[in-house]
Amino acid sequence: MSSSIDNNLITRPDQNLGRVISSITTPVSKVRSTKRIKRSYRHIRAENVFRRTLVIVALITVVLVLGILLTLVVQSTLSIKASGIGYVWGHVWDPVRDIFGAYPFILGTLLTSFLALFISIPFSFAVGVFLGEYHPKGWMPNLLKNTVELIAAVPSVIYGFWGLAVLVPIVRSFETKIGVDPVGLGIFTSSLILAIMIIPYAASLGRSMIQMVPSNLKEAAYSLGATRWEVIRSVIFPYTRSGLFAGVLLSLGRALGETMAVTMVIGNTSLIPKSIFAPGNTMASVIANEFTEADHPVYLSALIELGLVLFVVTVIINMIGKRLIKGFTN
Amino acid sequence: MKSIKINYKYRIGKNIGFQALITVLACGCVVPLIFILVYILKAGITKINWHFLTNLPKPVGESGGGIANALVGSMIIIAIASVIAIPFGILCGIYLSENKKSKLAYWSRLCIDILQGVPSIVIGIVAYFWLVKPLGGFSALSGSVALAIMMLPIIVRSTEETLLLLPDSLREAAFALGMPFHRVILKVIIPCGISGILSGVMLSVARIAGETAPLLFTAFGNPYLSTNILKPMQTLPLLIFNYATSPYNDWHDLAWGASCILLIWVLLLNIFTKLITRKWKVQL
Repeated sequence: MSSSIDNNLITRPDQNLGRVISSITTPVSKVRSTKRIKRSYRHIRAENVFRRTLVIVALITVVLVLGILLTLVVQSTLSIKASGIGYVWGHVWDPVRDIFGAYPFILGTLLTSFLALFISIPFSFAVGVFLGEYHPKGWMPNLLKNTVELIAAVPSVIYGFWGLAVLVPIVRSFETKIGVDPVGLGIFTSSLILAIMIIPYAASLGRSMIQMVPSNLKEAAYSLGATRWEVIRSVIFPYTRSGLFAGVLLSLGRALGETMAVTMVIGNTSLIPKSIFAPGNTMASVIANEFTEADHPVYLSALIELGLVLFVVTVIINMIGKRLIKGFTN
Repeated sequence: MKSIKINYKYRIGKNIGFQALITVLACGCVVPLIFILVYILKAGITKINWHFLTNLPKPVGESGGGIANALVGSMIIIAIASVIAIPFGILCGIYLSENKKSKLAYWSRLCIDILQGVPSIVIGIVAYFWLVKPLGGFSALSGSVALAIMMLPIIVRSTEETLLLLPDSLREAAFALGMPFHRVILKVIIPCGISGILSGVMLSVARIAGETAPLLFTAFGNPYLSTNILKPMQTLPLLIFNYATSPYNDWHDLAWGASCILLIWVLLLNIFTKLITRKWKVQL
């Protein structure tokens, strides 16, 4: 037996070595099994490390948001102490005399956002109905859908620049025609730009909501003799009401926080706007303009308080929107 | 009988009328976008040449000059932001898809939702207090961190949603072979969902490439070429903002050229992402 093994070893050493060793020697296989155990330990350890990393990463996201909130609150305490609740209603923003009232900016933000929403809603609902109900398939609607999504992709600074170069002169000539101060820059111009920018948010959400309407509801209405428009008005709109509203809220959230395009065309004055054609300022544009110029702590703190208000308001609006979407899809 | 007929015609007419209205409004949305694209391309494309891409901006009063500093700065800042946000975002997305019901997942998801809605200028403020003040000056690094925070929600969402779409049998088959958890995720789940993850990453890059607001008080801008990430750095959107709001025509020309490049870059990224997802979805 042993001689034949030796012979084999000598004649074909490479091929038989493994088999020979494993057949005669038990200690080697023991080494192997301990190796295997070690490897599986290593796997388990790696697995644990991996799981722990995932948990830590998820924790960090929570810490990040809390950190943002905390930073804003801590940095704006100075201003909260100095102006109190009157900050929101104060009509004068005068950094030189240390008077900080945010009312002009809050008004400016609300005016631009709601005006923009008012202009954009018919368009975004039309896109939603067109893509969700009239033409859900085909290359043309697909192109339209992708183009509308591209509207959201264009950087806001480019919208601002275009607005400055093209829209402002148009608005100015329009203003001379209707007999108000022909400034060009102002609330109305920024609302127009914002309206273009926020179309896709409500449109894409509206489209997916309208596509989710069960077809038996629509068919029931058709079988009663309803026209397509009547189906849309009395079946689809009531059914998707909360979803459409959520889309509007998401658009509003975008409009409130939009900075660059608005900053470039709104005119930047701290006075309360007298009409929608007057120049003004929004919360975001004030921060963008004055943050690096803020030379004393209270001034800086007042600007951060604006940021805090903006943060809280947009978070609340977005949360309501997300809740509505979730309620709708379940 | 006659009144019913009139009523009938009225309803049909109304139906046609509203269909026409909706079609017109829906197609009307595209008009401003096309106007903007055509205008920017027309104004910018003539300014772009080799000299424009490789030279620094000239001071006021001298014509010519380029935007090399902004191009380099944008690249560096986006690269650093991606290095921070991509691994982090993908890991977080994996956690959320693997632990659907845990309490931490609920809070984490909520925070990602919140993060998605935070105005970019607020993130700029926060980055200012986290990095600019402690480091003692404006820096490209702080700008990258601000942009990374903006990228995060998009990557996390797309990763989570892609991984949730994968069938459980895939995971179970891998576990049945005795693969450890991390290998199942890294070698089976991630490769299967790579198209969705990749499209999320590209979308997030496209989104931050045009962001200006968070960079105003972090990267700040710099008229010279700088590659030091602890010093202020110029980026394309910052350059456009600064030069577009200046009163000089030469600077406006630079801004048009820069807008054109930024626009082409962002649109290409978006279109490319769409093509990738469409192509890979077919193969899956």
